[in-house]
Amino acid sequence: MQTKEFLKKLSEASGVSGYEAPVRELVREEFLQYTQELRVDPMGSLIACKRGEPNGAGPRRSIMLAGHMDEIGLLVTKLEKGFLRFGTVGGFDLRVLLGQEVVVHGKKDLPGVIGTRPPHVLSAEEQEHILPLDKLFIDVGLSPEELAQWVRVGDIITIQRGFTELSNNLVSGKAFDDRAAVACIANCLQHLTTLRHTWDVYAVATVQEEVGLKGALTSAFGIAPDVGIAIDVGHGNMLGVPEVDTVNVGGGPALAIGPNIHPTMYSRLVDVAKANEISYQPDAIPGRSGTDAWAMQVAREGMPTALISIPLRYMHTSVETISLKDVERIGRLLALFISGLNEEFARDIGLPQAPA
Amino acid sequence: MLLKELSEAFGVSGHEGAVRRVIVDAIKDLVDEHRVDALGNLIALKKGSGESKRKVMVAAHMDEVGLMIVYVEREGSLRFRPVGGIDDRVLLSKKVLIGDNKVPGVIGVKPIHLLEPKQRNQVMRVEEMSIDIGAASKDEAEHSVKLGDYAAFDVPFTELGGTLRTVKGKAFDDRAGCAVLIELLRGSYPFDLYAAFTVQEEVGMRGAQVAAYSIAPDVAFALEGTICDDLPKKRDVSPTTTLGAGPAITVMDRSVIADPRLVNLLAETAQKNGIPYQFKQPGIGGTDAGAIHLSRQGVPSVVVAVPSRYIHAPVCVLSLDDLDNAVRLMRETLAQVQGLDLDR
Repeated sequence: MQTKEFLKKLSEASGVSGYEAPVRELVREEFLQYTQELRVDPMGSLIACKRGEPNGAGPRRSIMLAGHMDEIGLLVTKLEKGFLRFGTVGGFDLRVLLGQEVVVHGKKDLPGVIGTRPPHVLSAEEQEHILPLDKLFIDVGLSPEELAQWVRVGDIITIQRGFTELSNNLVSGKAFDDRAAVACIANCLQHLTTLRHTWDVYAVATVQEEVGLKGALTSAFGIAPDVGIAIDVGHGNMLGVPEVDTVNVGGGPALAIGPNIHPTMYSRLVDVAKANEISYQPDAIPGRSGTDAWAMQVAREGMPTALISIPLRYMHTSVETISLKDVERIGRLLALFISGLNEEFARDIGLPQAPA
Repeated sequence: MLLKELSEAFGVSGHEGAVRRVIVDAIKDLVDEHRVDALGNLIALKKGSGESKRKVMVAAHMDEVGLMIVYVEREGSLRFRPVGGIDDRVLLSKKVLIGDNKVPGVIGVKPIHLLEPKQRNQVMRVEEMSIDIGAASKDEAEHSVKLGDYAAFDVPFTELGGTLRTVKGKAFDDRAGCAVLIELLRGSYPFDLYAAFTVQEEVGMRGAQVAAYSIAPDVAFALEGTICDDLPKKRDVSPTTTLGAGPAITVMDRSVIADPRLVNLLAETAQKNGIPYQFKQPGIGGTDAGAIHLSRQGVPSVVVAVPSRYIHAPVCVLSLDDLDNAVRLMRETLAQVQGLDLDR
């Protein structure tokens, strides 16, 4: 599938942390285009393996690519007078919830809206405050009796937002964090159908990243790859945010540097980008990266890890904005990086060598 | 459904043309004459049988609250201001369409990850917000958008269903009133009925003022999609109106003290015909009746409204039962208007 179409499908699908099944099916369908070797681990991460070509007498090596398919969301905490009280799954900005359209996943999917009080009835003082969760309600337009018939406490709620194309190859929508990374990985697999590679490639759509990098932790353990790359999103340049905190949307992959990143992984990514004239941006992350890379790095006895970020504006809102060019560049960079992996690189980065 | 078409049409105050076109299409075969006045009001005449010499004006406003582009930043972001009353807090993380070419844009916000803890509880003011259309420079932005362009929320109309027959969409204030008025034009009346689809209600009832002057009615009804504030609250003084409880009759709001004879006629007619109705909590909001009742030497006026949750925010919810009952109540009431003693 074309990258844009796939990203649109992923973005509009539902897959709140712990409830990724709907989006997982879309990923499965797409990854099946490139490999038949697929499994879902006990936590729910989807693991596809595209085998490398036989490498003579050398040991079998593997690389894991991880992008998380879960998104932040809401869940029902109480039914009250025909309305729903709700809590959050993952880090929500309460300032963006008012007037937002949602889908409540009850016994059937119910479209709804997060209610707002009209300005006519609010004092100026009341409009000075961000509404806490205990003053927010979801309305699905049903009577209290009907509501109880379809919805129960604990039902998951996703934000509803259609995929939008802006100018300059920019697109906007929900859950690009981190479905855009899944689109990068699919794009990489597509490139690998025409590139020779000897390392096995584990393409992983992880779960529960937004609640603590959980899917990456267990899938990295299960796969036990030689090296790993996480693809996630990084804050894109926007009005009112200092440049030091951001990378440029449309400026190419942001390649992370820092304790979470193996320096040899980073420098090889830079070399591949330069050799192939793929624009990239160094991205210094002095500590915890807050991405799947953080969990992968310490799986089992530890692994050389890299992090590639897609520059993204307005993170954790329903109008996350990225450049499709960046997604395609990352797909290509990953594929070229993978096709260049060999025993020399394994030695350079310090992987255990096969007994002579 | 006509309400869907009306709701999805764009008509921010001062730029109601697209809504007007939808309405002209819907009414042109139902009325004897129609014209557009200097401000953009659509005024249609449905001639009466001649039994009554009265002129009856029924008004509904076509405009909706929205945004206007007021400045283009060097980086290509668009600064905007509200047109009409919008709570700043409903604007973040929304999609809008700008100008006649409907250029898509989004109202983004600095991500929560980069906020100081105290900023998380601070209301972001509209002056600090901007719309992102993907342009990388002022020049590039000005290829598709210009200063003064209007922007409206992009919200598809959706049926929610259930026993209340609820629907959600944008601008039910006052496309609900427009839908009711169009339905009324299917009936026939003993008097000349002037249907005024007005402009610029949200910025001060500008259209209704001149429409009422030119029509010079003997009696007037304003049809609205009105405040329905029935979310649960700790201290619940009043929901203003309640969804599903029938059309709301205004006794008094900030703009008008409704003519008590018309209020009584509406209430009695509802009771006689078994039509559910409610009184809007007095004192809240303003409507076209505020301008109409002060036209020339004064016009006996009243407001009938369809309760609509979340007006002046991107997405509203109303009950089609309430809308249908507003049509019934108005039909039955109009049938009584010729006999109403309006002498003082």
